[in-house]
Amino acid sequence: MAVSRSFPPAEARRGLRDVAPLLLGVAPFGVVTGATAVDAGLSPLQAVGLSVVVFAGAAQLAAVELLGDNAALLVVLATGVVINLRMLMYSASIAPHFRSFHARWKAVCSYILTDQAYALSVARYTGVDADLDPAARRRYYLAAGGSLWVVWQVCTLVGIVVGARVPPAWGLEFAVPLVFLSLLIPATTSWPKLVAAAVGGGVAVAGTVLAIPLNLGLIAGGAAGVAAGVLADGRLPGDGDDAGSGGAH
Amino acid sequence: MPTEYGPAAVWGVVVVLGVATFGIRASFVYLFGRIDEVPTRVTNALKFVPPAVFAALTLPAIVAPEGAIAVVGNERLVAGVLAGAVAWYVDDILATIVVGMAALWLLRFGL
Repeated sequence: MAVSRSFPPAEARRGLRDVAPLLLGVAPFGVVTGATAVDAGLSPLQAVGLSVVVFAGAAQLAAVELLGDNAALLVVLATGVVINLRMLMYSASIAPHFRSFHARWKAVCSYILTDQAYALSVARYTGVDADLDPAARRRYYLAAGGSLWVVWQVCTLVGIVVGARVPPAWGLEFAVPLVFLSLLIPATTSWPKLVAAAVGGGVAVAGTVLAIPLNLGLIAGGAAGVAAGVLADGRLPGDGDDAGSGGAH
Repeated sequence: MPTEYGPAAVWGVVVVLGVATFGIRASFVYLFGRIDEVPTRVTNALKFVPPAVFAALTLPAIVAPEGAIAVVGNERLVAGVLAGAVAWYVDDILATIVVGMAALWLLRFGL
């Protein structure tokens, strides 16, 4: 057990530093989600409750829009669940790094598992200078994921209170795919991973073009991309291990 | 589009969706804590999750922002390619966002 000599500990500081630019992309999304909830007829308390209890932007937005359209409650729930199914892949991918955590920390870390927290942490854990002990892994994750949680709650609250005043023409929602683009490129460190990315992105685009509902194109893209990567592994030159993904962050 | 559902229905959605989402997030985190060794084949497959899912989250918003594949007149494709170049050469998330958004606004508003 290393006693940390500085506060915040080194890995927590690194997590805060790495997550800072991502908060910029999350903030407008949070404001829009909060404003949409109130527009759909949720009370401010219900809107806050949704953000705190569910804490998953795309699912919140879809659930709120369906509630506003008075869709069947089962449809509202099924849509939210299907949109969040991609987190099964994150859960499986990050689980080996969380294995030695206490059950209580596993619960906290699971609750704050988001696209962004997963992306940063898996890059940090598998990066070239990785080899972090469990406490360091936990600190990094909690600093990054906790910051995202705080900013999400504050921004949805802002959206609930003041509404979305930013003109749609600004296209602020474009910041979200830009964040994933900036994570995608350093994560594509070998030919098999490039195949996984090409197939994953291609299937997701097909899902969008064919207007497949419930974000299923995204999940199909993820699954097809992983399968394609496995098939390409061994046939194409790989990187030998999974080192190097995002190590430069 | 105010909802006609009462407080009980809305809170029901909040709670059920929250519990289901937590279950999805916690699923493998707890499962892999119970088995002795995560099979190598599984970890080999899981290393492809980041490139596959991040591409699936990125590409549709850049290539087909309105639901159909668009090349001509697609501001987001141009902005996305520029941002991708920044991500490749600079590997900095903030710089990627700034260049992508700036390119989008330049194309859309002229200056």
